[in-house]
Amino acid sequence: MSLLTDFFYTTDHEWVKIDGEVATVGITNHAQEELTDIVFVELPEVGTNYTSGDPCAVVESVKVASDIYTPVSGEIVEVNDQLTDEPALINTDPHGEGWIFKLKLSAIEEIDHLMKSEAYKEFTGS
Amino acid sequence: MKDDEGLCQLSPLNDSHEALGGKLAPFAGWMMPVQYTSMISEHEAVRKDVGVFDISHMGQFFISGPQAKPFLNIITTNNVFKLKEGGGQYSMILNEEGGVIDDLILYRTGKEEYLLVVNASKVKEVSKWIRSQMVEDVFIDDRSAMMAGMAVQGPRSPEVFSRLFLGRTLPARNGVEQFDYEGDALIVCRTGYTGEDGFELFCRKENARYYFENFVNGGVKPCGLGARDSLRLEVGYPLNGSDLLPDRTPLEAGLGFFVDFDKGPFVGEDELRKQKLHGLKYRLTAIQYDGKGAPPRAGYEVCNLEEKKVSELTSGVLSPSLKIGIGLAYMPEAYRSIGTELLINVRGRYFAAKVVKKPFYKG
Repeated sequence: MSLLTDFFYTTDHEWVKIDGEVATVGITNHAQEELTDIVFVELPEVGTNYTSGDPCAVVESVKVASDIYTPVSGEIVEVNDQLTDEPALINTDPHGEGWIFKLKLSAIEEIDHLMKSEAYKEFTGS
Repeated sequence: MKDDEGLCQLSPLNDSHEALGGKLAPFAGWMMPVQYTSMISEHEAVRKDVGVFDISHMGQFFISGPQAKPFLNIITTNNVFKLKEGGGQYSMILNEEGGVIDDLILYRTGKEEYLLVVNASKVKEVSKWIRSQMVEDVFIDDRSAMMAGMAVQGPRSPEVFSRLFLGRTLPARNGVEQFDYEGDALIVCRTGYTGEDGFELFCRKENARYYFENFVNGGVKPCGLGARDSLRLEVGYPLNGSDLLPDRTPLEAGLGFFVDFDKGPFVGEDELRKQKLHGLKYRLTAIQYDGKGAPPRAGYEVCNLEEKKVSELTSGVLSPSLKIGIGLAYMPEAYRSIGTELLINVRGRYFAAKVVKKPFYKG
């Protein structure tokens, strides 16, 4: 199996970065632009197993609370604790320091259902 | 459905909102900007500098005639006889059971002329209600559909006003003034809904863009309903439909200051006197988080320390000025003294909070 180090996207505006068998998940720049002013992030617990499509985190702006659905199935291995003190990292660096959680993939073939960068750009009309 | 986007009215300022990139959403039957760039920066602009809100969705009733004063004194809670020409007063219209139909500002624009500015969601109901209470020699002119309005709010508001209307200064706090400007009859009121100095300007809707864009081009930050909500909640102003309800009285809402029991009879008086005599079962109470936590929102459970629900929030927000969760809830007697410890249930997680004194934010 070749090592994938690429971004994949969902129609719910999450991104996934695959690094071996670990997937890092965050929300896209488009999503943070829509939400603006992230003021709180509820993180999942390390060790919890989720199936793709499960709500597992909540990102809150001043006005709304938005569920974040995991795009892939697996066990949470790490969460971005920095977001507890600096939720606005999602606004300033959504694809980098604003990552939300990492999970150990249990079904890597699920990424076939996700969009690549070009398709996502088309999807958001940007 | 009232809140269906397709059936919503467009504000006379709609083109300006779209040009400015405003995010529009249905509110009280209108498509209104919730925010332009960022609710927090819009909020901060009003606290520290100056911002402008579209309030064209609000209703304007002009009430006049020899019997206007006694009529208004009966249908509102405050004392209309104390209202001088050019003055304004916060007041409420109640139903027979003492519940709040709407909160409003009543201005006296002339000897026998008054202006009622009411909430967008209540224009039809208020219109129907006041017509049902009509007496002879009172004339009601509902100009809600013909007028646009904007609220300029923030410490720099007086300067913004004088820059556009050269040689003019704002009326005194809560005051109202009518004046002609390039063929338009304008009404300016020194009021607002943010806890900051500011004014509301009402004009013919055809001319609204001229004023709005003049303000914005002059450096006034366009602000949406999101910032308006966090600003008003920080200073403890209630929102009708959320904090004010037809089955809650002004006394329960903590607005007894705006009810005058010595002014003569008024609609809802009997029930209010009963409550005064027997005490209030519930009272709208200010609640603030002890520390960081998920933003409190309307509908969330307010619990005692045993995690048992005792009420629910009618409003809630993570205060942009205080950086802490704040909210309002109708609390039973045992849970409303200052310092009472409570828990707010956010999706099954409990955040420590306390009853505090209003306002949350003092400038």
